[in-house]
Amino acid sequence: MAKMNMIQSLNSALDVMMERDPDVVSFGEDAGYFGGVFRVTANLQKKYGLDRSFDAPINEAAIVAMAIGMAAKGLKPVAEIQFADYIFPGLDQIVSELSRIRYRTAGQFTVPAVIRTPCGGGIRGGQTHSMSPEAFFTHIPGVQVVMPSNPYDAKGLLIAAIESPDPVIFFEPKRLYNGPFEGHSGGALASWGNHPKGEVPEGHYSLPIGKAEVVREGKDVTIVAYGTLVLVAQAAAERAGIDAEVIDLKTLAPYDIETIARSVKKTGRCIVSQEAPRTSGFAAELAAQIQEECFYALEAPIQRVTGWDTPYPHAHEWSYFPGPERFINAMNAVLEA
Amino acid sequence: MAQDAPRFHVPAPHARPGDTPDFSHIEIQPAGEAKRPDVDVPGMETRDLALGLIGVLDHNHQAVGEWDPKLDAEVLREGLKHMMLTRAYDDRMLKLQRQGKMSFYMKSTGEEAIAVAGAMALDKGDMVFPSYRQQGMLFARGRDIVDMMCHCISNSRDNLKGRQLPVHYTWAEGNFFSISGNLATQFPQAVGYAMACRYRGEDQIAASWIGEGSTAEGDFHGALVLASTYKAPVLLNVVNNQWAISTFQGIAAGDAPTFAAKGLGYGLASLRIDGNDFLAVYAATQWAAERARKGHGATVIESFTYRADAHSTSDDPSGYRPKGEGEAWPLGDPIARLKNHLIGLGEWDEERHVALEKELNELVIKSYKEAESHGTLHDGPLSPVESIFEDVYAEQDWRLRRQRQDLGV
Ligand SMILES: Cc1ncc(C[n+]2csc(CCOP(=O)(O)OP(=O)(O)O)c2C)c(N)n1
Ligand SMILES: [Mg+2]
Repeated sequence: MAKMNMIQSLNSALDVMMERDPDVVSFGEDAGYFGGVFRVTANLQKKYGLDRSFDAPINEAAIVAMAIGMAAKGLKPVAEIQFADYIFPGLDQIVSELSRIRYRTAGQFTVPAVIRTPCGGGIRGGQTHSMSPEAFFTHIPGVQVVMPSNPYDAKGLLIAAIESPDPVIFFEPKRLYNGPFEGHSGGALASWGNHPKGEVPEGHYSLPIGKAEVVREGKDVTIVAYGTLVLVAQAAAERAGIDAEVIDLKTLAPYDIETIARSVKKTGRCIVSQEAPRTSGFAAELAAQIQEECFYALEAPIQRVTGWDTPYPHAHEWSYFPGPERFINAMNAVLEA
Repeated sequence: MAQDAPRFHVPAPHARPGDTPDFSHIEIQPAGEAKRPDVDVPGMETRDLALGLIGVLDHNHQAVGEWDPKLDAEVLREGLKHMMLTRAYDDRMLKLQRQGKMSFYMKSTGEEAIAVAGAMALDKGDMVFPSYRQQGMLFARGRDIVDMMCHCISNSRDNLKGRQLPVHYTWAEGNFFSISGNLATQFPQAVGYAMACRYRGEDQIAASWIGEGSTAEGDFHGALVLASTYKAPVLLNVVNNQWAISTFQGIAAGDAPTFAAKGLGYGLASLRIDGNDFLAVYAATQWAAERARKGHGATVIESFTYRADAHSTSDDPSGYRPKGEGEAWPLGDPIARLKNHLIGLGEWDEERHVALEKELNELVIKSYKEAESHGTLHDGPLSPVESIFEDVYAEQDWRLRRQRQDLGV
């Protein structure tokens, strides 16, 4: 085991896979020589050569399409989109192509590419470096959507994504790259160094796509979260002294309804959360499915903790970010109901 | 394991960290050599101009050739001043960012002529759709420096209410459209705007700026096809500063000989100019603006320059390009070149230059003090919190009203 932050563990996943499988290639804007603006692909070009880790022109549509073409030929491309906010020029290639090749060719062609992209706010990135656009992608049949919340999961899930027979959109909450984050704007940066999930095996391992984890056991209320909010929700429960069960979803498509339902049936109360704007977010999907599965166990309406229906503001970032306070309010609301 | 040679071509720059900066591969057409065609020339007949390099200031800092815009010394001094102010402002803002006064900053060092001469050669009424490295335009168009700073430190007087990252200015009064954080998106918008100017029967034209790296985006090509199809009165400027963050220009250029040459593929008039030559930028902009206003359509202008500083405050270029590359840039520094030209004309001298530099630095420092009196990002006051729910729509619907209540503001 080694201590790694999320950047290092993702880099390690790529390194392990490129070492094992000569068909794995990595590319993206600034992702070759320089190793990515967040350094996730650092040293790969030096180690594996120019044609396995390379810089791409600034064209997200072309980057996704290139991954599709390479995957069709049997390579295992891992494309980086520099920020999730910039994935939209590539959206058509994902919606109309990447997701449907298996279906429309009746399985004659498959394109198991991985699209990695940093997402989420909390870094004063303003409206174009803060988005959490996962719900756009969970709405596309044919792609899997993954978002880890710590270094250990990040590596295991990225390896699983590369090995998966189907395409994966892999969101990396950049606020967690360098350390865990409990949702308070000020204060020193925490480190993954003394966090249990900062212990990461150096070699190959994978975690199943589609499997959630109960990261905090509790009996009074279930909080379903993913990405940065997993840590925020845990911290909020701790701070409020509420016996909340926190589920780290890890995979959004397909999400692990079994783990969620088991928990909600136990607690009878549920909060679903996302950092993205509220309307039509992924939390809405969770709420709908949970009430279908757990209606008779629910003792209170399901609450949503989300961002607002606005673009991500810059100066007032912390009034937008769904921090511990909003989790505590939501817990109190479902417990009082 | 690493292959000896890559199995497909991946271009690489001539020098990386540790290497000696090397621009010997760059061919520079001597200033004054390029022909200046009439503004109604068919686009395809600009081929030589798209492949060459239009320059006016020669090695002796004299203005030579057909492209000399023959500007009054007064105009030249004004241009010099705007460029010097841009640089003083950038230097100061960088320091302030390092002191934690703002979240982020982007300098335009070495590229001042492109913004300043570009803005000066257009009419003040022409709409500009800049990228994030043309702050010089704001000075040339007379924007209040305190206002610019208030935006950068996101305080209560920020005209964008703290919503945008620093340097992503908007100034409607000065016909300065928004700056998007998303690359290339505004290039085709400028074409649409220009078409609407025709629709309205107005003399106004539009101009946009894009980095060479961003020309890879589909939106760049979308703009060119629109501009060509509808002969829109628009200037499509490519700022080739050699770098797109860590990526050298060859990744976006591919095997194309120049970025201007890409315009030829669409049949557009296409010019490649020395972007560090104030007079060349002025002359080319003036030519393209006249062409547009007279109904002969759009022009693609590649300004050949060098990004002399880091991409942004989040970037450290020592990881991808050699130290001293900026000093080795064969086309020099735009401010020094215009200064020397003016001195050669007997219209400027060292003493006045130093005095002006001092005056501008003082102006910047004084302006910042005033800006800070309206608040800072960290200590406030900022725009009122409830303002985050404004301007999403013309009217707030029930969702936003309820969310505002939830936030308790
Ligand atoms: C659509 C989109 N993709 C990626 C980015 C991230 N990004 C910001 S600036 C930049 C480099 C742009 O280089 P260039 O176009 O040459 O402009 P320069 O910074 O040199 O002025 C990149 C990749 C972005 N802002 N928008
Ligand atoms: Mg550039």
